Amino acid sequence: MKRSNEPIFWSLFGAGGMLAALVGPALVFITGIAVPFGLVFKPETMSYAHMLALSQNWAGKIFILAVIALFLWHAAHRIHILLHDFGVHAVTAVRVLCYGGAFAGTVIAAYTLLMIKA
Amino acid sequence: MADTEKIIEIEVLRYRPEQDKEPVWQSYKVPFTDDMSVLQGVQYIKDYLDETVSFRWSCRMAICGSCGMMIDDKPKLSCKTFLRDYYPGKLRVEALKHLPIERDLIVDATDFITKLESIKPYIIPKEERTLAQGEYLQTPEQRDMYEQFSSCINCMLCYAACPQYGLNPKFTGPGILALMHRYNADSRDGGQAERNELGYADEGYWGCTAVGYCSEVCPKGVDPANAINQNKMNSAINYFTRFVTPGGADK
Amino acid sequence: MSNRRPYVRSMDGWWKRDAYFVSYMAREVTSVFVAAYAVVLLFGLVRLGQGEAAFNGWLQYLKTPWMLVFHVIVLAVFCYHTWSWFKIMPKTMPIMFVGGKRVQPGTITGTGLAAAVVACLALLFIVGGVS
Ligand code: SF4
Ligand code: FES
Repeated sequence: MKRSNEPIFWSLFGAGGMLAALVGPALVFITGIAVPFGLVFKPETMSYAHMLALSQNWAGKIFILAVIALFLWHAAHRIHILLHDFGVHAVTAVRVLCYGGAFAGTVIAAYTLLMIKA
Repeated sequence: MADTEKIIEIEVLRYRPEQDKEPVWQSYKVPFTDDMSVLQGVQYIKDYLDETVSFRWSCRMAICGSCGMMIDDKPKLSCKTFLRDYYPGKLRVEALKHLPIERDLIVDATDFITKLESIKPYIIPKEERTLAQGEYLQTPEQRDMYEQFSSCINCMLCYAACPQYGLNPKFTGPGILALMHRYNADSRDGGQAERNELGYADEGYWGCTAVGYCSEVCPKGVDPANAINQNKMNSAINYFTRFVTPGGADK
Repeated sequence: MSNRRPYVRSMDGWWKRDAYFVSYMAREVTSVFVAAYAVVLLFGLVRLGQGEAAFNGWLQYLKTPWMLVFHVIVLAVFCYHTWSWFKIMPKTMPIMFVGGKRVQPGTITGTGLAAAVVACLALLFIVGGVS
């Protein structure tokens, strides 16, 4: 029997799923609803200056990258299974599409964060 | 008990390979009493209405594992399910899903049996002991780690509940992976490395997508979904550490 | 000659067969929304890297009614994700004993959900405090 390479994707899936389960609802509420529509938080919460400061600091960089990249890998794994569940059997194409997308997103996010200098 | 005779309609998915191109539903009217199981209902059909209906059974007490069927689309032991729970409606019985229909309510269990044999479902002693050295001792705590997984009666209900097995029969499937875990988790056993060659493959633990329905339908509380998914972590740890652990690398 | 002709049933539409499968598929479909949300954030990050005007454009975009509808749906989906994530959690854990008693699945799920509530509140307070 061939050893499966699933552990790589499953670990990323699990990390992303856990992060999303723990802070996802609050994050969506903040970035998608509360701040844009002026509820709860001060209007400048997500201002350019604030977000720039966040992305200039290493802890902030890591948090932003973790959220974007891990959410993408989490989703890629499940979408890949979803297509299999719906009976799409173009296994290689589906994998390339799902994991390739997550990989591209990770690279773009990491590159952007590296380019943002203090 | 003043029993005014009640009659329930049972629809059976018939498949007679010599005459049916594909399975067809056939309906029977069965007189029953409240203490009758679905199995007894089907037996009534065979004894009094239509002797050509085929099905498996043996113990009538939920321990042999042979009478599993889809009852109103749920995998159940027919000897442990009662007609009264479906009355006054009708009920439909069908061979267990995801397994090929051999004839009527009988499935072809070849794949299941072959896989069962392949996982070495017996203790491979961790250390050889002579008779003079005495028995292999085990504490109650050590026993608890595998006891529930040893309750499997090979009824295959979990296979009928597992879409991943239905979509890809190469997947080892819930019951057998649970049995594999039963031996791997036994403190007296030393066969983990041999068995996990399958466990760590796509056909092993990784074929599972944690649907969880197998555990729901299991009549013996085995919880195959737990047996499988708790091993994904072990499998992942082994995957990443195999090069730094002595003897951990693939041969 | 053998008359054997085992009949294999089709799996088409299997997930509509049982309510249990429907809820499983609902859990898996959450991923599409998780991905969409991550893409929105990724756009914001790229815009941030392009400077203030670009980033303000993204902020304006978030204020459109369509994005509000989108985020309300995503919020509901994330809550379902959290719930289903910790509901399946006990299946992924080894058998554990505390004080000689088997840790029950409900305890694991409950602990996970409690941790999520704490983490969400913490994030809300941190963001509220910093800004
Ligand atoms: S694990 Fe449960 S459902 Fe599956 S074969 Fe064993 S007893 Fe039957
Ligand atoms: S007849 Fe033995 S389990 Fe039902």
